[in-house]
Amino acid sequence: MIGNGEALRMEKVHKSFDATHVLRGIDLSVAEHEVICLIGASGSGKSTLLRCVNLLEDIDAGRIVVEGEEITAEGVDVNRIRRHIGIVFQSFNLFPHMTVMRNITLAPIKALKMSAADAEAGATELLERFGLVDKRDEFPDRLSGGQQQRLAIVRALAMKPDIMLLDEVTSALDPELVAEVLNVIRELAAGGMTMVIATHEMGFARDIANRVCFLDDGVILEEGPPAQIFTEPREERTKQFLQSIIEAGRM
Amino acid sequence: MTGPRAWVEEPLEPPPPKERGSRLLGNRAFLVSSVSTIVFFAVLTLVVVLAPGFRAVGAQFFSFRAMKASFFGVPEAGLPPIWRGFLLNVEVFMVAEVLILILALLIAVIRQIPGPVFFPFRMVAIVYTDLFRGTPLLLVIFMFTYGIPALQIQGLSTQGPVVYGGAALVLSYSAYVSEVYRAGIESVHASQMMAARSLGLTRWQSLRYVILPQAIRRVIPPLLNDFVSLQKDTALLAVVGPIEAVRAAGIYSSLRFNFSPYVVAAFLFILLTIPLARFTDHLIERDRRRRAGGGAR
Amino acid sequence: MRRILVAMAALGLLLAACASENSTVSGSGSPSAASCSKDSLNLVNPGQLTVATDNPAYPPWFKKNDPSNGMGYESAVAYAVAEGLGFGADEVKWVVEPFSKTYAPGPKSYDFAIEQISILPERAEVVTFSDGYYDDQQALIAIKGTPIASATTMAELKQYKFGAEIGTTSLVFISQNIQPTQQPAVYDHTSEAKPALENGQIDGMILDLPTASYTQYSIKDATLVGKFPFAGEQFGMAFEKGNPLVTCVNEALADLKSAGTLDQLQKQWLESYLSVPLIQ
Repeated sequence: MIGNGEALRMEKVHKSFDATHVLRGIDLSVAEHEVICLIGASGSGKSTLLRCVNLLEDIDAGRIVVEGEEITAEGVDVNRIRRHIGIVFQSFNLFPHMTVMRNITLAPIKALKMSAADAEAGATELLERFGLVDKRDEFPDRLSGGQQQRLAIVRALAMKPDIMLLDEVTSALDPELVAEVLNVIRELAAGGMTMVIATHEMGFARDIANRVCFLDDGVILEEGPPAQIFTEPREERTKQFLQSIIEAGRM
Repeated sequence: MTGPRAWVEEPLEPPPPKERGSRLLGNRAFLVSSVSTIVFFAVLTLVVVLAPGFRAVGAQFFSFRAMKASFFGVPEAGLPPIWRGFLLNVEVFMVAEVLILILALLIAVIRQIPGPVFFPFRMVAIVYTDLFRGTPLLLVIFMFTYGIPALQIQGLSTQGPVVYGGAALVLSYSAYVSEVYRAGIESVHASQMMAARSLGLTRWQSLRYVILPQAIRRVIPPLLNDFVSLQKDTALLAVVGPIEAVRAAGIYSSLRFNFSPYVVAAFLFILLTIPLARFTDHLIERDRRRRAGGGAR
Repeated sequence: MRRILVAMAALGLLLAACASENSTVSGSGSPSAASCSKDSLNLVNPGQLTVATDNPAYPPWFKKNDPSNGMGYESAVAYAVAEGLGFGADEVKWVVEPFSKTYAPGPKSYDFAIEQISILPERAEVVTFSDGYYDDQQALIAIKGTPIASATTMAELKQYKFGAEIGTTSLVFISQNIQPTQQPAVYDHTSEAKPALENGQIDGMILDLPTASYTQYSIKDATLVGKFPFAGEQFGMAFEKGNPLVTCVNEALADLKSAGTLDQLQKQWLESYLSVPLIQ
């Protein structure tokens, strides 16, 4: 959109929950159309990082700049910012009392003030693109896990975000359903969507990421192209982490 | 033959079909429970009917003549009809219920708005709830009906007892019902709010389109329970003058020295409750059916 | 299963209704005129006369809400009757029985109740009444200076809203004699009608004349507008249906009447209403 092609920049971001200092100085820069994969152990701060980006959590120190605008400044309209950032959660968080179609069109109609017709047209297009169109009038609990997560992605996409944040979106899925969701993400990446993806799926990260960031104990310990991170990690902790992954058979 | 291989090689026989006996056993259990229930109620009925005072009680509580006369009223004797009194009860609870559902929702929503700016409002909501839940409804009815007119406030002080009594009902019940709503709102997982906000919906929009629809659906049984309770409590209006069903029954009762009209009034109230109870069941069932088949696949 | 239960309940109710229709109320006609000597009386608690009244016990029927002080018309009559039966004042025991329970079925824990109960034929089917000990008239209380306070005829009263206590013949009087255009307001006790009168929710209160003569002073700016003609209504004591004690009580009452005691008690306790205007 605007600016120097930098979609997201996080400078010295700190975040604590009560006594626990979760993010201890995050510095991250994401260019437009870049796909960043965040890897790291549970508790290393991946989810927190993503939630800080779309202001679901307040940060304690540092700043976050999205598309050239400092979103952590005073007096910023949080709702407006969030309309440009899409986030998908591990536990889907779909609206159970609404049909698939309504789940998708609710925010475009109410937050973007789109007409119902436009919103539904856009939604139908997305549903067709991601193979869910025959479920448009179903309720989410009638969908399989994979379908639900795809729906969650579609719901976020319907807002036409500049950047998509994906928080361990396949971790809650049965293994045979993971692939369909990963394919959706691949397609988004191919289409040029800027994405920050927290994931345990190392094979996927290696395929899709422009850059992989290893988060350890609240800081980005190491980052670089996937080829380098996965085959020649520099840091000791990175090596240990990858080793444990291999031993768990996830690579 | 023994040994694992032998076990594998022996042809597996399908298990024998269920014996007719087990079906019979099921039937017999049903028979036992039916018979024992019938016997229990038969014994209960006999105990009542054979009691020495039964005749007198029967005449005093179940006199068909008195029931009929009190239901339709005896204008020449100054005895108002119960059916007309009951209409008053119905009018009052219809209006009151709508107002309660709205006011209680307002209170519940106010109580959970965050931020220091809204602290006074939250405080008012809390004080209101504590006050009206803590005061017996009967007292509130008296205080409103006799207190407000005494204050001689322009416009407010010249209503009739039905209005004041109705207001007492609304304010009292809203305090309780707001707690029911609150429980519903809090039972909706925080991740729903998170998801709605993350899409860029404002707090109010999230509340209105995502949280409240779910919250209210969840508390339909207790809401309807309170409604049923309200229907009965409209009878309390009688203490400040209006002739509702129980009062009409009481007038006949005290002048003719017979309690049967009370049975009529009770019957009318029960008649009202049953459809509502079945309606509640239906709503719950429909909600469950719609969401059945869901869950992990 | 549920259908079976409903059927059982319905059957029970049906049985009850049938039985009640066919029943003759227990107890025969007038009890035999046995001796009325003190030791042969039919008493709930032998050796004492147990009398019931309501709580609160209003003036001028009782005083200071204490029936045992002998003050007030009904208290005085009760003690006079007791004396006629041979009981000393210390042999009279008072219990509380709310009006609505005086006609409830079942045995009574007292010998008779005296609480301004009007003798009505339908009521006499359920309890046994003594002879009348007071001829009652209805009266009207209103706020001074209001239009209703200057009414002199029944016809003028039709347009107003009245209040009365439930179960009283005052209530019946409103519907049968005044026949107002608005339904009356009905209260559990006269005391609860007072605020309604004070703030204008009712225009006038109808109650029996002696109670009215007292009540007017406890309502702000109230006045006793007038009394209505005597319509044959009498107060009687209420006994359990068929209680033979009533015969002896009636004898005692008759003695009191012929000796002029009843009149004297009325003059003593139910004074100062003779100058009240008559509304007819």
